[in-house]
Amino acid sequence: MAAVRTSGERTTNRLAIVLVLIITMIFLAPIYWIASTAFKPRNLATTIPPTIVFTPEISPFVKLFTKRSQLRAPPTQEEYEAAPWWERLVFDGGEKVVRSGRGEVQLSGYPSRFMNSLIVAITSTVLAVGMGTFTAYGFSRFKVKGEQDLLFFILSTRMLPPVVVAIPMFLMYRAVGLNDTHWGLIILYTAFNLSFAVWLMKGFIDEIPKEYEEAALVDGYTRMQAFFKIVLPEAATGIAATAVFCFITAWNEYAFALIMTNRRAQTAPPFIPSQVGSGLPDWTVIASGTLLFLLPVAIFTFLLRNHLLRGMSFGAIRK
Amino acid sequence: MATAVLTTLDPRSRAASRGMSDIAIRNLFIIPTIVFLIVFNIFPLLYSLGYSFTDFRASSSAPANFVGLQNYRDLLADPFIWNNFTITAKYVIVSVVGQVVVGFGVALLLNRDIPFKGLLTTLLLLPMMLSMAVVGLFWKLLYDPSFGIINYAFGLGTFEWLSNPDMALYAVALTDIWMWSPFVMLLSLAGLSAVPKHLYEAAAIDRAGSLYTFFRITLPLVAPILMIAIIFRTMEAFKTFDLAYILTSQPTTEVISIRLYKMAFQEWQTGMSCALAYIVLIMVLAITNIYVKYLNKVKER
Repeated sequence: MAAVRTSGERTTNRLAIVLVLIITMIFLAPIYWIASTAFKPRNLATTIPPTIVFTPEISPFVKLFTKRSQLRAPPTQEEYEAAPWWERLVFDGGEKVVRSGRGEVQLSGYPSRFMNSLIVAITSTVLAVGMGTFTAYGFSRFKVKGEQDLLFFILSTRMLPPVVVAIPMFLMYRAVGLNDTHWGLIILYTAFNLSFAVWLMKGFIDEIPKEYEEAALVDGYTRMQAFFKIVLPEAATGIAATAVFCFITAWNEYAFALIMTNRRAQTAPPFIPSQVGSGLPDWTVIASGTLLFLLPVAIFTFLLRNHLLRGMSFGAIRK
Repeated sequence: MATAVLTTLDPRSRAASRGMSDIAIRNLFIIPTIVFLIVFNIFPLLYSLGYSFTDFRASSSAPANFVGLQNYRDLLADPFIWNNFTITAKYVIVSVVGQVVVGFGVALLLNRDIPFKGLLTTLLLLPMMLSMAVVGLFWKLLYDPSFGIINYAFGLGTFEWLSNPDMALYAVALTDIWMWSPFVMLLSLAGLSAVPKHLYEAAAIDRAGSLYTFFRITLPLVAPILMIAIIFRTMEAFKTFDLAYILTSQPTTEVISIRLYKMAFQEWQTGMSCALAYIVLIMVLAITNIYVKYLNKVKER
């Protein structure tokens, strides 16, 4: 191919590469900006023109995890020396602050919201992928009456707008006391992810040759043993990819969490924007909270890169 | 029925009679999921269908009165609701067209031998994996008229993105384009790489122009997959809530999901909002139906 390329084609190629690089940079700029704001001293976060070169510091993260009220004056020398190292970082950043309470460090709302997000996302992922794998195997290997209709029904539950489902769910949860509980959210996210897991896992299981199980059955395995010992290990990659997709969906979900939780079980997506509130927000703290929240997803995206197409097309398009 | 799949196995053989029957296993594997989805998706919808014919308000203890089709009649005659639908339609068109232009364009650029192509593609895909709520939040910082990086980078002075009622919807759409163009790009790349090389070679031998090649070879062959991307994004943009809700509170950006949210959880017009939810639901199911038809079409290829 390369041999028959004309010089005109080579120029187009080079131009395309340069364009792609520029576009990638533009696409990543917002993420870079939030990541760099997370390490800025507060007074450099909202400067005009924007500060690009600065000495990174971790005081935004200290402020993210702890609670304090503002003072009118900078701390005295004694106060400064009595403070633990992380608090000095906050003072060094020019903040005129003290901790709230009587000298005890109090945790802010962030760590508990982060934990809630982890609990809800992990539990619902395990449930959805577990049930989804069984169901996908059922659809893949056995004849089911009205299979296409059932699969459409399963997918359509994934397509419902969250606000539409949330109205009756809110009333039902209120009646049984599931509002603002982990289980309330876990059930909603499991239902949401289950349909996705069935569709995606069916694609993965369809690819495992039936002959493997049939050979095992002839060798004296029961159907169940064949499923657990032959099919599940073969489907391991698919299960992992499906799990990561489900985790990301649950981790990122906003509308249900906004409506169904307000304090105890609140996850990070509704909490992080609520910090902006009124007055002048401290963007360094918001950026550090955002960065910590986005980090797991960014890592997972890299791990998933070969399965993204499949996941995004509900298993319809394979690479 | 289920044993028919196992053509190699006689249903009365020893192997088939060991353990549970295939029909029992099939039912054990499938029925819990169907029941779960019925209980937590279909039952609530039936519940709200009932409320949609009443004047129930979840905030008061007054009993619900049956009002028949009154809610639906009021909603369909309400010019404000139609305005919300118009805003939604405008948003869907702007953001989906933007995503297709940017996404397909970048895919065309990427569809060649490029060093570090895998890494570049993965980096470009990052935005669509992020939380919409959090993306909306940090785009607020980027859009800020006085210290936002966007105005600085493009020399726009103190241009108001979000507090200008005429601009806010486009600002939301722009963020959506940033987030979801990678999705269109991903699907387009799959379509482009499936176009057989020999077609291009044949076109080159025939001295076909590049425009002719694009419109007669590339586009028709990528069209089905591109169509999937378009329908899926249309459906998602139609349902959009997080981004618009977080970015602005302008009345000009009140898409139908936000109207529904406010009606249900701020004004507590529960009966009325159930009726509106049903109108939205029917629209979404119609698009889903088209979407699934296309998915199966592409799958069969």
